[in-house]
Amino acid sequence: MSADAAMLAVEDLHVRFGDVHAVRGVSFAVGGGESFGIVGESGSGKTTVLRAVAGLYDEWTGTIRVAGRVVGKSRDRAFRKLAQMVFQDPYGSLHPRHTVDRVLAEPLAIHGQGDAEARIEASLQAVGLGPEFRFRYPHQLSGGQRQRVAIARALILEPRVMLLDEPTSSLDVSVQAEILNLLSRLRAERGLTYILVTHNLAVVAHLCGRLVVMNQGRIVEAMTVEQLRARAPREAYTRQLLRASMGYDREAARGLETFD
Amino acid sequence: MNAGAPLLTVEDLRVEFQTRTQLVRAVRGVSFSLGREKLGIVGESGSGKSQTGRAILRLVAPPGRVTAKKLEFDGIDLMATGEAQMRDIRGKRIAMVLQDPKFSLNPVMTVGKQIAEAYRAHASADRAAAKQRALDMLRAVKMREPERVYAAYPHELSGGMGQRAMIAMMLATEPDLLIADEPTSALDVTVQLQVLAILDDLVSQRGMGLIFISHDLNLVASFCDRVLVMYAGRVVESLRASELGQAKHSYTQGLLAALPRIDKPVKELVVLKRDPAWAGERP
Amino acid sequence: MTTAAHTPEGWREWLNAAAPRSRAQARLGQAYQSWRGFRRNPLAIVGLCIILGLLLVAALAPVLTNQSPFAQELAERLRAPDGEHWFGMDELGRDIFTRIIYGARITLMIVVLVAIIVAPVGLIVGTTAGYFGGWFDVVLMRVTDIFLAFPRLILALAFVSALGPGIENAVIAIALTAWPPYARIARAETLTIRNADFISAARMSGASSLRILFSHVIPLCLSSVIVRVTLDMAGIILIAAGLGFLGLGAQPPSPEWGAMIASGRKFLLDQWWVATLPGLAICTVSLGFNLLGDGLRDVLDPKQQ
Repeated sequence: MSADAAMLAVEDLHVRFGDVHAVRGVSFAVGGGESFGIVGESGSGKTTVLRAVAGLYDEWTGTIRVAGRVVGKSRDRAFRKLAQMVFQDPYGSLHPRHTVDRVLAEPLAIHGQGDAEARIEASLQAVGLGPEFRFRYPHQLSGGQRQRVAIARALILEPRVMLLDEPTSSLDVSVQAEILNLLSRLRAERGLTYILVTHNLAVVAHLCGRLVVMNQGRIVEAMTVEQLRARAPREAYTRQLLRASMGYDREAARGLETFD
Repeated sequence: MNAGAPLLTVEDLRVEFQTRTQLVRAVRGVSFSLGREKLGIVGESGSGKSQTGRAILRLVAPPGRVTAKKLEFDGIDLMATGEAQMRDIRGKRIAMVLQDPKFSLNPVMTVGKQIAEAYRAHASADRAAAKQRALDMLRAVKMREPERVYAAYPHELSGGMGQRAMIAMMLATEPDLLIADEPTSALDVTVQLQVLAILDDLVSQRGMGLIFISHDLNLVASFCDRVLVMYAGRVVESLRASELGQAKHSYTQGLLAALPRIDKPVKELVVLKRDPAWAGERP
Repeated sequence: MTTAAHTPEGWREWLNAAAPRSRAQARLGQAYQSWRGFRRNPLAIVGLCIILGLLLVAALAPVLTNQSPFAQELAERLRAPDGEHWFGMDELGRDIFTRIIYGARITLMIVVLVAIIVAPVGLIVGTTAGYFGGWFDVVLMRVTDIFLAFPRLILALAFVSALGPGIENAVIAIALTAWPPYARIARAETLTIRNADFISAARMSGASSLRILFSHVIPLCLSSVIVRVTLDMAGIILIAAGLGFLGLGAQPPSPEWGAMIASGRKFLLDQWWVATLPGLAICTVSLGFNLLGDGLRDVLDPKQQ
């Protein structure tokens, strides 16, 4: 896909924290309405890429283009309305002293958007929470409900790109299924573009169409979900990751290699 | 499993917490017996699986209360042993590995010293022998440079190495039973595989019993011999790990159906519909 | 609000509702939960009663006694406590009971003035230093360290001797020496909050740094600062009394408790009541603040839960 037509295009992204070169020249492009996965183990730099795209870091170089516009280190309001993020830990991503109502009202107030009442109720409804949740505090919600609130917060500015950082990895299996279904439905309804970062290959296979595998700050391999399902990766690293994800396997454990 | 009596027998184990407002029954009558095998306990958060593991070691913190008709480990009645004797059993005969090595290792002591100390606390060995033992254990958990790890502080190790060091410490005294509570949940899949292989060897080579507590059904199914599925403080189903796919209980079936799979694409995942009957009668 | 809310049970149910229907109900419900936690600690209730008592005494001083704290009856000087003068008379024949009651106003004034200077200054210095980091943090925290390096009473003494004795200067001196620990606490809390995902989420929604500081960071630091203020009040009262005792705080004939002890110490052996009773007043109020602070820490400080 050409970088101009893409909803999100990242070219030669490098992120350095002091001496640590966390992301080393990552490039990819995601089309509008596409769902794109970034997979890797801890320290692979996958979350760092997402946070750099979100504008949460200053220490990056390269080009990031969202909806055809090059974005800089500091992001303007237009960017905020274009891309929003959902975080991994629903316990850490909601302010412990803010009610759901306040969490959802704040972005609207910042962007001076009217009709807050109706929009808050609509966004709660969109994530499957009834009006009875509106004035609750995070500690009165379960993990899954909190993640729904976090999704509602991301949706309330009606963005076109959603940056999802391990959105289900701290949830129970049954709750994960509900949140994954919710994310699928929202994307279908609103034509959203998803960038999903996860270590869980099954979640990527379920939610995404294309993915890249990262290791040590670099993209090892780009593939389609069909290739993943067929267990036909090109690279040895990906093959090993795939095999290790399938559960315990005596043989696989013996043959483990390190890839630097 | 050896032909004689099981290593651990648990009968009607209950763990209750009296909070300010109500009585929380975390474990409600769990019974099982364990030989020299790998027993998995799976369940979602709040199912009581971790409290079951802690209760066996009598590590439930107050105001928690543990009761059981029978809690017998290798002929010892764990309900009747005093705290001093219990301390001796913990670490020496029954060891526990927790999810995050960061919280279990002393941050201001080198890893090797901690392993050596743990060994010396239970075995009468001199310093040199304890050090040798620690290095042997680090080698046993497949550390590439045991000397370097011996001299390292916990923060200098990666998550996987920390967890392996933790296992080395727990195994230095050659316990008969290891209780591992989500030992690999914080680790990458490849590191998880390595750690599991070490545990697997210990069970098959030393005849240790292993209770493997996890939320990951696939992992338990592929790693353990037998599985207990817990829900709301009870064991709802007990089956051979290889037969998890043919689970009878609708909760187990629901959990399995809710898992996304790489090889079987579905448009929508099946959402678990909780049946109040699974929790059993409410007292 | 429904009609059922007019009975006590109705109110309780309304406050305990798992699904509040308005902002006010959610906030009051939270406050009620904190109050229920607080109520379980009998010592904290004792502390609260002492502080409420201090407030009442200060407010109702003219009702509680019909004498003036300055009226002298030299003939009655150093009269022992009896039915007419409950706490006896001092060396100038002033009624000690009356003076202690009016002294409560001075104590309360010191406490309130110090609190409203110290808490905001400490909070703002600490949170900005912690949130922005970098050289900003370095400069602010070194200034804080300089203030922290001096013993508090000595620094207060130095300020008062430079500014001149008097209750206002005593308050300023105490406030100047009391803010650094608050800045430290607020900074430490901010450092843990700064990298939380909910701050990243606020930044993602376009919130300015000022907005993040005031609506996200400060509310979370507030409770530990409130707890610290309450626990510090005892110390502040003692420093104020110490300054009064040394003649650098409230000036005679003001019925400040520390100054009263200073003037009574000459008669401590023969006329014990002159110095001891204001001392007991200081003791009681300090204890009250300490107990209240402990109780508040249990309900407000999230780290304790």
